Amino acid sequence: MEGGTEMKVMTIVQAITDAIDIKLAEDPMIVTFGEDVGVEGGVFRATEGLQKKYGEQRVFDSPLAESAIVGSAVGMAMNGLRPIVEMQFCGFVYPAMNQIISHAARIHNRSRGRYKTPMVIRFPYGGGINALEHHSESMEAMYGHIPGLKVVIPSTPYDAKGLLISAIESDDTIIFMEPKRIYRAIKQEVPEEKYSIPIGKAKILNEGTDVTVIAYGAMIREAQKAVVMAKKDGISVELIDLRTIYPLDKQTIVESVKKTGRMVVVHEGPNTFGVGAELTAIVNEEAFLSQEAPVVRVTGFDTIVPLPRGEHHYIITPEKIYYGIQKSMKF
Amino acid sequence: MFKEYSPLDDKLFQVMDNNGKIINPAWMPEISEERLQKAFKDMLFARQADLMAVSYQRQGRMFTYPPNYGQEAISGGLAQVMRDQDWLVPAFRELGAWLAKGATLKEVFLYFMGYEDGTVFKNAKNITPISVPIASQLIHAAGIGYAINYKKEDSVVYAITGDGGTSIGDFHEALNFATVWNAPVVFIVQNNQFAISVPFKKQTRSINIAVKGIAYGMSCIKVDGNDLFAMTRALREAEAHAREGKGPVLIEALTYRRGAHTTSDDPTKYRTKEEEEQWSITDPLDRLRKYMVAQKLWDASQEETLLAEYKKEIDRQFEEAENYPAYPLDDVFKYMYADITDDLKEQKVEHEKFLKWKEGLK
Repeated sequence: MEGGTEMKVMTIVQAITDAIDIKLAEDPMIVTFGEDVGVEGGVFRATEGLQKKYGEQRVFDSPLAESAIVGSAVGMAMNGLRPIVEMQFCGFVYPAMNQIISHAARIHNRSRGRYKTPMVIRFPYGGGINALEHHSESMEAMYGHIPGLKVVIPSTPYDAKGLLISAIESDDTIIFMEPKRIYRAIKQEVPEEKYSIPIGKAKILNEGTDVTVIAYGAMIREAQKAVVMAKKDGISVELIDLRTIYPLDKQTIVESVKKTGRMVVVHEGPNTFGVGAELTAIVNEEAFLSQEAPVVRVTGFDTIVPLPRGEHHYIITPEKIYYGIQKSMKF
Repeated sequence: MFKEYSPLDDKLFQVMDNNGKIINPAWMPEISEERLQKAFKDMLFARQADLMAVSYQRQGRMFTYPPNYGQEAISGGLAQVMRDQDWLVPAFRELGAWLAKGATLKEVFLYFMGYEDGTVFKNAKNITPISVPIASQLIHAAGIGYAINYKKEDSVVYAITGDGGTSIGDFHEALNFATVWNAPVVFIVQNNQFAISVPFKKQTRSINIAVKGIAYGMSCIKVDGNDLFAMTRALREAEAHAREGKGPVLIEALTYRRGAHTTSDDPTKYRTKEEEEQWSITDPLDRLRKYMVAQKLWDASQEETLLAEYKKEIDRQFEEAENYPAYPLDDVFKYMYADITDDLKEQKVEHEKFLKWKEGLK
């Protein structure tokens, strides 16, 4: 950032509130709504204070119906508004899948570009918070698989704000998945003013030469710990934060793997047909001869995320990522 | 009854007033003294368990819990009608009904401590697991009802959701399917006035919830859900209706969630003390106690001793739940499919290799 910018320490959830706040102030066509979004400010308080500031017409509670929340947002978008809707949990989006897949992702194509869907569907995802069923899942691969959606996942307060501003300003339907496990766990200095981070650009967090580790969202923090473990053993890891699941930043991924010759992919979601599978295909297509080891996937099992007493079996730890790194190095 | 108390006129079916006085003797259900005493005791036990569950959660001994405080007469009414062969299709706020169906408190505690085992309710017949996705389970009730008709069974399905659930498409689809199929389903909406923070008046502009069933061609009624007698009578009428092959019934049970949505929720953010106090005079246990004391069916002085016993029993079941064996790795995988895939078996083996490697790290 340029010098002279005022900075403020924020958590991820505060950065999200801040991004929505800035855009609400700037663009009268933006509205935000969902279950408990208005008076309560969202079950995770991501919209806290915004109804007071912008009124009930722009920040409001909807009746309980995910399908109608997304579907009405599509209608609003077709008639000139720019809705930001909140789903309470990743596992609560499913009633809205018909509206997401059949309409939000397709109206632009169906109408040959006459109608755009400048809308953001944002929701917390991921495990590690000791929650009941449907409160811990990571379904980004499913959204990545749906033609017509863009899928964004920040891992820091700074990225959350900049990426959400880009998402709100985009004329496409953006699935914005928020790593709730680290909603308040990471604090960072974030510029108070508006800035944006482009969708579709990964970020190299740590330059390295031996192995490329690709992660995103709440897994970044775990991967960073694994990088430290690897360093102690003399392994130089290049850590990439994907930041956008679709469109994937192929260039950054491929260039890194060409340099290191090895790739370890980390994600919380199930292994089969996951983001790791897509990344594997990309490096096979574009960096086949540079690879010195098969891709290693450190992912969730192909199971439901267990209830809290069993969740430790499922959750990805730094040790498990480091195990993956070693597996790649020892091949 | 369904004609007399038409939801179109927004009539509320009540038998007993807030002071425990019978104001509608014509519809007073027959309950033996013994059964009534048991019903009261069960409601008292459920309330005590509920209050203690919240406090266990506050002590960090349970991950979350959705309080039933103030809604006990709905489950209490269900306890009067449910037979072994009937089905209970719950959401997640029906403690008394689970217990009446044969679930144990220990199981309920296990679930909210984070074990799937807690929602198996293995000694209860015909009960579906706790269902978190709002209103989605109601459609299963229509399907279970279809199967009852198909197999010519003498069973009724009792399916439950809250006021928020009636805004979900699944609620409407369930009512429609059940009516088209003439399925023996009694849908019960616990209208406790809040969907987390969103009040009933923001949920619908409909004069009540019961009226929503009319357009589907089903019988419906709005009942004082804090009146055990009204709930019992309405449920008995609905049961007879369903068993006689007249199709499903929708019961709106008017109540008030005196506690939070779950222990993660803070109701002071969205409602006032005055409102809470206003509703507290309709409390289902207080009303029933007043009636029973007046009828000399209950000696309130025995309650303290009884509660002390209950507390002991609740603590005992909680401690048993706390001493439940650790969650084995195998349990993550083994229930995913009736016929487990090789893939999953491999994932488990791979994970075990990692665990062995991790041991070596230390």
